[in-house]
Amino acid sequence: MAEPARVALFVTCLVDLFRPTVGFAAVELLQRAGCAVEVPRAQTCCGQPAYNSGDRADAKVIARQVIEAFAEFDYVVAPSGSCAGMIKVHYPELFADEPEMLAQVEDLSARTHELISFLVDVRGMAAVSANFEHSVTYHDSCSSLRELGVREQPRQLLQSVTGLALRELPRAEVCCGFGGTFCVKYPEISDKMVGDKAAEIAATGADAILAGDMGCLLNIAGKLSRIGARTEARHVAEVLAGMASDVPAIGKARV
Amino acid sequence: MQPTSHNFPENARGGLADPVLQTALGMARTGFPYRRQQAVARLPEFEALRDQAKDIKNHTLAHLDYYLELYERNVIAAGGQVHWAQTAEDARRAILNICRSVGAKVVTKGKSMVAEEIALNDYLENNGITPVETDLGEYIIQLRHEPPSHIIAPAIHLMKEQVAETFRGAHGHLDPARPLDEAQALCEEARTILRPHFLAADVGITGGNFLVAETGSSIIVTNEGNGDLTQTLPRVHIVISSIEKVVPTLEDTATLLRLLARSATGQEFSSYTTISTGPRRPGDHDGPEQYHVVLLDNGRSELLGGEFQDMLRCLRCSACLNHCPVYAAVGGHAYGWVYPGPMGAVLTPALVGLHEAGHLPNASTFCGRCESVCPVKIPLPKMMRHWREREFASKLSPKTYRSGLGAWAWVAARPGLYHTLAEIGGRMLGWAGKSRGRFRSLPLAAGWTGVRDMPAPQGRSFHSLWAEQQKRRGAA
Amino acid sequence: MSARDAILRNVRRSLGRGAVPVETAAALSERVATHRRNLIPARAASLPRAARVDLFIKMAEEVQTSVTRVACDADIPAEVARYLAAENLPAELAVAPDASLADVPWGDRPLLQIRRGKAEPGDAVSLTPCLAAVAETGTLMLVSGSGTPTTLNFLPDTQIVVVRAGQIVAGYEDGWDLIRERAANSGEGWPRTVNLITGPSRTGDIEQRIQLGAHGPRRLHIVVVGDVDGNSADGAPSDA
Repeated sequence: MAEPARVALFVTCLVDLFRPTVGFAAVELLQRAGCAVEVPRAQTCCGQPAYNSGDRADAKVIARQVIEAFAEFDYVVAPSGSCAGMIKVHYPELFADEPEMLAQVEDLSARTHELISFLVDVRGMAAVSANFEHSVTYHDSCSSLRELGVREQPRQLLQSVTGLALRELPRAEVCCGFGGTFCVKYPEISDKMVGDKAAEIAATGADAILAGDMGCLLNIAGKLSRIGARTEARHVAEVLAGMASDVPAIGKARV
Repeated sequence: MQPTSHNFPENARGGLADPVLQTALGMARTGFPYRRQQAVARLPEFEALRDQAKDIKNHTLAHLDYYLELYERNVIAAGGQVHWAQTAEDARRAILNICRSVGAKVVTKGKSMVAEEIALNDYLENNGITPVETDLGEYIIQLRHEPPSHIIAPAIHLMKEQVAETFRGAHGHLDPARPLDEAQALCEEARTILRPHFLAADVGITGGNFLVAETGSSIIVTNEGNGDLTQTLPRVHIVISSIEKVVPTLEDTATLLRLLARSATGQEFSSYTTISTGPRRPGDHDGPEQYHVVLLDNGRSELLGGEFQDMLRCLRCSACLNHCPVYAAVGGHAYGWVYPGPMGAVLTPALVGLHEAGHLPNASTFCGRCESVCPVKIPLPKMMRHWREREFASKLSPKTYRSGLGAWAWVAARPGLYHTLAEIGGRMLGWAGKSRGRFRSLPLAAGWTGVRDMPAPQGRSFHSLWAEQQKRRGAA
Repeated sequence: MSARDAILRNVRRSLGRGAVPVETAAALSERVATHRRNLIPARAASLPRAARVDLFIKMAEEVQTSVTRVACDADIPAEVARYLAAENLPAELAVAPDASLADVPWGDRPLLQIRRGKAEPGDAVSLTPCLAAVAETGTLMLVSGSGTPTTLNFLPDTQIVVVRAGQIVAGYEDGWDLIRERAANSGEGWPRTVNLITGPSRTGDIEQRIQLGAHGPRRLHIVVVGDVDGNSADGAPSDA
């Protein structure tokens, strides 16, 4: 295992608001990977909603907050490809017109990672010791896949979970239709996309659908629930950390 | 055609509710990506070629004035004529003047998106000239008085039953009892019907996929052979193309050609790629006596040097359309003008204005699949975002939306307040949703809960739980 | 101001400069004159010439082109007669009046009706030579000229193309060089039309199912004449 590292967890607003379990699972996995984990309090959002809506000014305000809060750490890790991608890929673009900021921004960008790819590619984690006796299918979130190149890493770790049977989801690389504000700006189109995704998931017959982004998961879980599918949705970190039995799946009540 | 892009949400709803369209789109969204992927897998150098193609295009754009002048010199040296057109109207008039100068009555047309852009067909008809579309897909939609719904497969929104119905209506002189159940029969009929038009045409109009500066040549990339009959048989060949189609040399063109068909249809190469230079030569047996190139600007020169310049690299291959989940959901007509899908979302506001086309760059999740398959690596989501920035700056987006986002950003800039609100909100919604774990409906969230459940929050915020845990461990 | 001047002025203004500086123009002119090749895929370029012939045939057959090999020009009439009979086509051909076909002994097959010249409506079959054949994708390169009317490539239902094995090149760039050479040496200059033909005419416009014979020929048949040395002096790959 690599040498100890100081990691700051970028919680993400959706994990913070909807599913803290994912944050705790991330901490657990990071600690098992030999990291000392801290959670800076002065964090809220990565600024992506403002950025994608064309409001660069507000996006910069939030980004400066992030840059400052996370300045001291060896790594910044987020259980989300979308937020990690915002910081890693888009912050440099956001500050392209402020050369005096670039050094700090690129420094933060270089230290920022999506959780699963961090564990595998940076910390050298090859397997987890977790148990999940279910068939599972996996959705690649767009930011993870196309901005950050995360594809093999979650599959590799999932293969090491005892009892888990991984089934490939057809068209796993196609967008689920969340897209932040898109799902409420163009609800019928979003519904078509998530409807197709939910049908494809249900057709695999898998017990569970996993992904690395809460936006996708809330969207997909909500649709699976609405169509009465039995497939349960969880964040991949929960399963890898062996915490899936602690909490109901997304959108399910404690029985 | 008059844009209806401002009506995108309504158009999109119409597309989603159309079962025939949905069937057609269902075929396209799996077929095209599969075939492209097969072609890419067969060519190990594909990725390297994308980078070279991007560089070739960028180089050309940085020196576009030089290459346009060189191109023009070589067209003239080969016996052709160049007509520069700043606006759509300029282009239409130039084409009409050429047609009138030879007393043209019937004009055959190969497929050209630029011709659609300048609304050429209606204009010719209004001026007493009959344009006959000869590309099978274009012919079908011409009969149906519809615009194309895709930039390389104009009739992709139709199933064969609708084509059969259209043919029965339009080809009234044929035996009504003839079977038209198979695509084969429809193709045969179109071939037979259109052949006399090819032979009778006074003028043939084609597009130009590439304009080669080195030789003064225009290139069309097709499969049917209609473009070739269109440009070889009549006395006059007119090429309608746009300024950013210029490529420096034939070698540069070969690089682009290696990417084009593979990206578009998954073919190794199109059936017919034709390089035309000037009119027929003295010793030739066939070919046009006159060769004209109408070079259209129509807003492209404005895009140079700005944040949308990369869009001028576009080869019009359609890979972005074919991989876009939004296009696959609503179809091309929803976009309301000539260019649909991701490339249309970037180009249309530039050509018809943001007021008209603002919805198009907004109707995207920025999934990035388009950019990942673009042969010349155009950062399409980034440019859609730039349109959103312009909208935001000129306050074109809806007020409720802007104030909602503004409120979020205001709170997000204040972590203390944010954490308090998060904890309160989480507890409330968590409590309300506890028994079922999800909400079937939520006030203010009808856009979401209209079609999907809202999972209930777990009831506490991560930050509050973490703070408690740290405190316990600190105290221990 | 003319449209031309206005457009060029707009281009320069958007690019933030005046006309291209003299040194730059010289460099651009040099770039065009040199027309350096970009990356060439190894697929065909890495093969010796004999293997390139096989690749050409394989790629052509993949796109519904039929291919037959014969030893020499004397065999062409028999092959054409065989092909027409096999396809149940009339024994009539419109043949390109090109010097490269002058040695084909059509007299050996007197029942074949030959007409030399451009295509006429109603022609069922044409026969043409080519300038080159590109192994990379099974693509024929034909140029218009005093012996090669373009209509022979598009009006008839069936086209037969004679390819000499030595004409099979690796990539399109090799073809461009042949056109340049012909333009410089043949006295005909640069051709009005260069047709790159890869298989018969087709369309996917109806439900994305491929149909052959949209407007151009529905059948493309290639007769490869002769062979090449695998190990001859020019047996090396055409481009590193």
